[in-house]
Amino acid sequence: MSGPSRRELLTTLLGASAALAACRKPPTRPAGELLAPDLERAHRLVRDGAPFPREGVREERTRVAVVGGGPAGLSAAWRLVRGGLDGVDDVRVLELEAVVGGTSRSGECDVTRYPWGAHYVPVPVREARALATLLDELGVVEGRARDGSPIIAEGVLCRAPEERLFHRGLWYEGLYLYDGASHDDLAQLRRFREAIGAWARVRDAKGRRAFVTPISHASDDVASGELDGRSMRAWMDERGFTSPRLRWLVDYGCRDDYGLSSEETSAWAGVFYFAARLGETGRSAPLMTWPEGNGRLVRHLAGVAGARLRTGWIVRNVVIRGEREVAVEGWDAAGAPVRVVAERAIVATPRYVARRIVPALAEAIAREPGAASDEALAFDYGAWVVANLHLRDRPSARGCPFAWDNVLFDSPSLGYVVATHQTGLDHGATVWTWYYALTQPGREARERLLSATREEWADVALADLGRAHSDLGGLVERVDVFRWGHAMVRPRVGAGAARRRRDGARSSGPVHLAHTDLSGVALFEEAQDHGVRAAEEVLDALGVRSPSMR
Amino acid sequence: MHASEPREAAPRPIRRIWGPPPAVPKEPVEPPARKAAVSLLLLTVLVIATCGLVYELLASTLASFVLGDAVTQYSTVIGVYLSAMGLGAWLSRYVNEAVARTFVDVEISVALVGGLSAPVLFFAFAHLSWFRLALYLVVLVIGALVGMEIPLLLRILRERFEFRDLVARVLTVDYLGALVGSLAFPIFFVPKLGLVRTSLVIGAINAAVAITSTSLLRGSLRSVTGLRVRAGIVLGVLIAGIVAADRLTLLAEDGMYADEIVYAKQTPYQRIVITRGKGSFQLFLSGNLQFSSADEYRYHEALVWPAVSVRARDGLPTRDVLVLGGGDGLAVRELLRVPELLRVTLVDLDPAMTRLARTMPLLRAQNEGAFDDPRVHVETADAYVWLSDPVNAAKRYDLVVADFPDPNHYALGKLYTTRIYRWMREHLSGGGVLVVQSTSPLFARRSYWCIARTIQAAGLAVAPYHALVPSFGEWGFVLAREGALEAPTTLAPSTRPRRALDDASLRALFVLGPDMGAEPVEINRLDNQVLVHYYEEDWRKYL
Repeated sequence: MSGPSRRELLTTLLGASAALAACRKPPTRPAGELLAPDLERAHRLVRDGAPFPREGVREERTRVAVVGGGPAGLSAAWRLVRGGLDGVDDVRVLELEAVVGGTSRSGECDVTRYPWGAHYVPVPVREARALATLLDELGVVEGRARDGSPIIAEGVLCRAPEERLFHRGLWYEGLYLYDGASHDDLAQLRRFREAIGAWARVRDAKGRRAFVTPISHASDDVASGELDGRSMRAWMDERGFTSPRLRWLVDYGCRDDYGLSSEETSAWAGVFYFAARLGETGRSAPLMTWPEGNGRLVRHLAGVAGARLRTGWIVRNVVIRGEREVAVEGWDAAGAPVRVVAERAIVATPRYVARRIVPALAEAIAREPGAASDEALAFDYGAWVVANLHLRDRPSARGCPFAWDNVLFDSPSLGYVVATHQTGLDHGATVWTWYYALTQPGREARERLLSATREEWADVALADLGRAHSDLGGLVERVDVFRWGHAMVRPRVGAGAARRRRDGARSSGPVHLAHTDLSGVALFEEAQDHGVRAAEEVLDALGVRSPSMR
Repeated sequence: MHASEPREAAPRPIRRIWGPPPAVPKEPVEPPARKAAVSLLLLTVLVIATCGLVYELLASTLASFVLGDAVTQYSTVIGVYLSAMGLGAWLSRYVNEAVARTFVDVEISVALVGGLSAPVLFFAFAHLSWFRLALYLVVLVIGALVGMEIPLLLRILRERFEFRDLVARVLTVDYLGALVGSLAFPIFFVPKLGLVRTSLVIGAINAAVAITSTSLLRGSLRSVTGLRVRAGIVLGVLIAGIVAADRLTLLAEDGMYADEIVYAKQTPYQRIVITRGKGSFQLFLSGNLQFSSADEYRYHEALVWPAVSVRARDGLPTRDVLVLGGGDGLAVRELLRVPELLRVTLVDLDPAMTRLARTMPLLRAQNEGAFDDPRVHVETADAYVWLSDPVNAAKRYDLVVADFPDPNHYALGKLYTTRIYRWMREHLSGGGVLVVQSTSPLFARRSYWCIARTIQAAGLAVAPYHALVPSFGEWGFVLAREGALEAPTTLAPSTRPRRALDDASLRALFVLGPDMGAEPVEINRLDNQVLVHYYEEDWRKYL
């Protein structure tokens, strides 16, 4: 990287002042590795349409084939096994990547495990029964609260202080910048909380909440209509929420959970971010986290799936052969063509993959009114960069001494989380996971993502965090970078009610779809809910009796 | 002075040319340049005399700081120093050639040894058991070198003055220098710079004198380059020392402590400072007093014996004990006095702290070499991480002593949560007892009760108690165990007599006055860390 181009890159990705500050110091260039989904093979075979051979195809039989080993697919397999399909050959999970977990995957080094993507789940509300069951299996549920929500073990609840915010040379505890806030700022914050609290208390005639995860438990008719048609920013404007620090908080929330600015986020999703976490008591649900983030949940689910997992498989076609048979065609890890014949298939891939490998779904989409705009709007995926910084020691910091989530007020990045925070390892080596969401339109975001190399993204991360920790450069031993091209589905303005998509083409004969993008937001609870829902549809169709977990 | 020195005879003709006419010996007529050189040489005498006295005062003061008993330290150091000066004066007779060169070399040596004396002696104090020997050795070397200075200078100057004039001038300036040194030392050096910086600065002045005297004595020196290089190196070392002195004691730090800092070290975990006052010394971790040697027995007897007495009352021996924190070894010392004790496992975060407690004579004497006892095992780990490690999950102890620093930081707050108390509970054997140092129930009343309630919330019965430790004030502890817990009434036997406790005073520990009574508080959990906030608010009223 030469001087001017480095400055240009940093200016584009971090802003002029950060670039100027970073360019005053020579860049440190720690070692590291570039990670990304195995796009090349997938693109070659699926997007570019490699033909599946007619002969020399090995055939395998199973009762249920699950395509995709992310949180949705693993949850489906988990639900099937728990529901009684517990023979090794009853269920087969086919995953494209060498490792399962999707965007909840994680890494491990001598010091700690660390996340590569999703890193927390709020304590489930009463409605999220499947999540409570999963947590029970993890041994972290200590009882039930009066409202029926699980009481979670202390060690899993995010250790205080949860967040800190860097502003003008100092770290402040919490995400809202109280320091220097005017009376009007605080009055607006109070009013904002009241508005969110009011949405959280809304119940429909059946007693269902407007905002709750899983969304399948939310009211069908209360919330989305009014909110979905405008941006979160517009919603705030209408209500006179003009306080810059409140706007910052809301914009940060949108970027953090959805990878979109508040101007582009549907107000429904913006309110959802805040309101869905409020339990019956009106207090924000505590967060659960592990050193490896949601990788902990994935690890448990993968353990349950065990020998039923097949990694490195490319699925080309999911062919419906009538009401009771489906053939999943593709190549195994060794590159040999395989046809897995099953009674049912659960396609737990993002929509843009599903519509390429399930011809029946593509046909159904083509028949839908406004199909093209559905693709353009409803299933928009954001690009993310995640960098893991391996530190030999903790850099200095002024103000609040440490926190789990560390956010810079003046940065387009999302800051970093500390992998060792939850384990109480407060000194010495650690791993920081830095997040950066590219909020541009999908194609532009992906081009920008891929335009910078591992070294350049590492430089961006160090320049970003170097503003808050001047001695960081000398303490970083390596920076591994993950470039996520399609990280998460993004709930844009006008994306339409999530219900409409959820209901549209969710199953077709023996094929059932399961993915968080059906909910319009990317959350572990949603992925799990769809996986469990699809598995229960399958159990029902196969005549296996099992009380619902949902 | 020795009269016959063949080599020195050579310059005499010069004296004849420039020297005073015999008729007016008291008023030698000298050209202005030479006169200036003589004045500068006399100024040199003044400076080295000042430096010499400061070294003497430095060694005496340092010795009385670290060893106490100022009268003995001043007497012995001054005695050794003066007699060493005599030794130096005597040794100067063996300098036959190159007197000027030897003088400059002596200056360089004084600069090095004297300049580094305070840092070296502080280091020796912290790390060597034979500190006194090191002290007198350093004093001896400096004294001998300083003792050589004036005789050598007299010989250098003798061709420029008549003898009686020479002695009068040099000794006058010498004693004047002593006055300057003795006034500057208490008024300027110690209060403004502290001992370590004073030592380095005085050494640097000595080195500067060495460099200027190479110019003043150029006529008597064959080559000045080698001397200047040597002096320059020494000056460089001392200046580097002044820059690095912050690592020994921070300039700003000296004002923070009531007494003199005799040891300071920044570790990756905390700042360890030991101060020495009249007849006692204190340990501070990150600015917080951990103990004063004057009254720590009150604290440590109160920490250990109520728990041991509870077990003794129930007919249970205290054989296997886990101490969390307490890297100073004082709680361990107290535990080693339990007659039936078989094993103590101490888990402390900072290896520098346990190493210091093991090796520093001052601390060793206080903990009675506790870490050398074969019954004691030290593990270096964060107690929180150690307790959560599955490797340690099966270990059970008759007594767990949680002796952590006060919860003034989130990293320490985790050591007072329900989560860690549950782990401690799991590590108790049948009838096992937990005792927790719990800050002051008087100064930090909510913090104290928050700790007590948090231990209760972890499923243990508690018995709150307190002890008066003058250097801390009214101090609090919480005794806990599963099932019911009643305060002990009879003191368990010890191999040594207790100073603060007997049966009656043991019972009195468990009586808390109304101003220390229970207050409504929240439970301290990992995900709220309320204790850190209570603590900050409670102590703000007093600090």
